[in-house]
Amino acid sequence: MPSRDFPQVRLHIVTGKGGTGKSTVAAGLALGLASTGTHVLLCEVEGRQGIARMFDVEPLPYAERRIATGLPGADGGRGGIVHALHVDPESALLEYLSMYYKLGRAGKALDRFGVVEFATTIAPGVRDVLLTGKVYEATKRNARNKHAITYDAVVLDAPPTGRIAQFLGVNQELAGLARMGPIKNQADSVTSLFRSGRTAVHLVTVLEEMPVQETADGIAQLRAHDLPVGGVIVNQVRPRDLGEKDLVAVRAGKLTKRKLAADLNRVGLTGSAELVLGLFTEACDHAERRALEDAQRGLVAGLDVPTYELPRLVGGVDLGGLYELAGLLREQGLA
Amino acid sequence: MTRPRSRVGPQSLDGGHPLDVDRLLDDPATGIIVCCGSGGVGKTTTSAALALRAAERGRTVVVLTIDPARRLAQSMGIEVLDNTPRPVAGVSTTASGGSLDAMMLDMKRTFDEVVESQASPEKAQQILRNPFYIALSSSFAGTQEYMAMEKLGQIHADARRDGTYDLIVVDTPPSRSALDFLDAPERLSSFLDGRFIRLLLAPAKGPARLMSAGLGMVTNALTKVLGAQVLRDMQTFVAAFDTLFGGFRQRAQKTFELLQADGTAFLVVAAPEPDALREAAYFVERLGEDDMPVAGLVVNRASPEQHGDITAEEAMAAAQRLRKDGADSLTAGLLRLHADHMRMVERETLLRHRFEAAHPQVPIAVVPALAGDVHDLAGLRQVGALLAGERPT
Repeated sequence: MPSRDFPQVRLHIVTGKGGTGKSTVAAGLALGLASTGTHVLLCEVEGRQGIARMFDVEPLPYAERRIATGLPGADGGRGGIVHALHVDPESALLEYLSMYYKLGRAGKALDRFGVVEFATTIAPGVRDVLLTGKVYEATKRNARNKHAITYDAVVLDAPPTGRIAQFLGVNQELAGLARMGPIKNQADSVTSLFRSGRTAVHLVTVLEEMPVQETADGIAQLRAHDLPVGGVIVNQVRPRDLGEKDLVAVRAGKLTKRKLAADLNRVGLTGSAELVLGLFTEACDHAERRALEDAQRGLVAGLDVPTYELPRLVGGVDLGGLYELAGLLREQGLA
Repeated sequence: MTRPRSRVGPQSLDGGHPLDVDRLLDDPATGIIVCCGSGGVGKTTTSAALALRAAERGRTVVVLTIDPARRLAQSMGIEVLDNTPRPVAGVSTTASGGSLDAMMLDMKRTFDEVVESQASPEKAQQILRNPFYIALSSSFAGTQEYMAMEKLGQIHADARRDGTYDLIVVDTPPSRSALDFLDAPERLSSFLDGRFIRLLLAPAKGPARLMSAGLGMVTNALTKVLGAQVLRDMQTFVAAFDTLFGGFRQRAQKTFELLQADGTAFLVVAAPEPDALREAAYFVERLGEDDMPVAGLVVNRASPEQHGDITAEEAMAAAQRLRKDGADSLTAGLLRLHADHMRMVERETLLRHRFEAAHPQVPIAVVPALAGDVHDLAGLRQVGALLAGERPT
C-alpha cells in the first residue's frame, strides 16, 4: 500500500535542518510505508552509518541489506520488507563506470591515479550526481542491473535543508562539472525524476524559530526549482499535558502557589515548598514555550502543505520508538 | 609532535569538572577559540555569545561566523557579506575597554582574494575566469572549511601585525561531519600536489607523458566521463595554478600549526543527544591525535534541572491520584509534565556521565535551554552568562 496522502510517489526524499531528527523520520517513514507485500528501500548518502545505528545492525556496505520488517497493517497482516542501502560516492562511481562505460581495467587505473578521490571529494558537483544517480537507479531499476529487487517505495535520508536544492542538482548558479560533459546527461535524467510526480521532498522541522524559518526558505527554494514539495513533519513536539484553558490561566497569573500546595497536600506530597516553587516555575516556563510553539505551528500551517506531527520520545529513539513513529505517520496518512 | 597526552584514567565518582568559561575568556594567553561540533547544536550562537561576553569583559574580539540565522546576523549588523570584520553596535564595553567586531564568511570571495594575492594580475584574471575554478570555488564541499581556516589565518596575521584583536572566536561550517574542517585543507592541498594534478599537467610537459602506461587509458576514461571540454578547462586551470600550489600547501600547514599552538582553544559543542555526543567524543579524540588543545565541551539546550525532591514515578502517581479525586486538572497536568521533565533530565545526565567516563580530562559547561530563540545581543548576553555558569535565581 503506498502513501495515503502521496499515492503516486515512489521516491520520498526527507530533508530538514540539522538536529531536527530527519534520519529518524526517514526510518519511521520507511517502516510505515512497508505494509503487507510492500518492498521499501531506505537510503542514506552522508556516510554517517545512521541507519545501522538506529536499527542496531553492523555498518552497512554498498549493497542492499534487509534490515527490518515493516509495521504490520491494521488488518493484522505481516509488514513488508525494508532494505537499507548506504551509498558512498567511491563505490557509486566505480559501479557507474562499469555499468555505463565498460571501463574494466581503466577503472582500476583511475583509482591508482587519484581520479576516484578527485571525482568524489573535490570535483565540484560530481559527488552529488554520483549519490543521486544511485538513488535514481534504485528507484527506476532497468535491465542494466540484473536480479535487483524492484521497490515499491524508496526513502532517501537526504542532506540538510540548506544543501538540498544543490544536492538534487538543480542549482544552476553553482554550475559544477556535472553541468557539462557526458555526466550531464546522467544528471538530467536524475533531475527529471526528481521533478516528476513520482517524487516528493518532505521537510522535517521542530517548533522553533530557526528551523521553521529554514523550512519556509527550503520550500520556497524547492518550488522555485520546480521540485515537488511533499509534507512538513513537525518532530519532537512537547507533551501537552496542560489544556488551552490551563495555559490561559497560568499566563493570566491565576495559578497560585497556595492552590498548588493544597492540591499536593491532598495526595500526600506535603511540606515541600521547593516542589511547589519548582512546579510553579515549570508552569510559567511551559506556558511560555507553548505560546512560542503555537506561534511557530501557525507559521507552519501557513506554508500551505500537508503537515504531520510526531512527539518527542522521552526515552530517546530506539527500534521500538521507530515503529511508534511509523504508526503515527501511517495514522496521519504520510505513510 | 609527540607531546604527552593526558591519560584517560578511571572515572571520578562525582563525574567531570565544570568548564571555567570566564577564566578561558579572561586569560590573555587565549588568542583563538574555535567552536566545533555537528550541525544544529548551536555553534553559531555559542561563538557569538562567547565573543560578546569576552568583549564586555575587556577583550578586543572579532568573531568569524559562517552561516548565522538571519535575525541574529541583522542584530549584529553583519547581514551584508563583505568579508571584512565590522564593529557590532550595542556592546557595553565602556567600562571594560573591550570591543567586538564580527564578520560572516564569503567563501568564494576569500578564495578569490587568495588567488589575487598570490598570482600576478594577469594570471589571477586567467584563473578567476576559468570555469573549473568558478565551480571549484563556489561549490566544492570542502571549500567553505578551507576558506574558514584561510580567513582565520589572515585575521590572525593582521591582528598580530596591527594589534587589532587579541581574541578571535571562530564558528565552523555546518559540515557533513564535524571533522571536515580539519580534513579539508589537507585534502585540498594533497589534491593540489597529488598525482592527479601531475597527470593533468603531463600533456603540457612533454616527456612526462611517458610516466606510465596507464596514462593514456586514464585520459581516455576521463574524456569519456567528463567530456573533452571539462578536461581542457581543468588542464588550463591547473597549468595557471601550478605556481600557487606550493603557497597553498604552506598556508594549510601554517593554519594547522596555528590550531595546534598554545593560544588556541577548541570548544566542542553538542546537544544532549546520543548522536551529537558521539560526534563530540569522536571529535575530542581526533583533536587529541592532532595535538589540538581541547578546552572543553559545551552541552547546549540541556533540560533545566528541577527543584523538588520527588521522583518521576512519585509525580506520576500523585497526578493519577489527583485525577481520581476529580481534582484540579492543572496540578495533575503539571505533575505529569514534571515527571516527563525529570526523565529527560535523567537521560541527559546519563549521556553526559558516559561522555565524562570516557573523557574525564574534558571540562564541561552545561547550558540550560532557553524558552525562546536567541536573536539579539540581550539573548546572546544571557547565553554567555549561562555558559559561564551563572544561573537565574
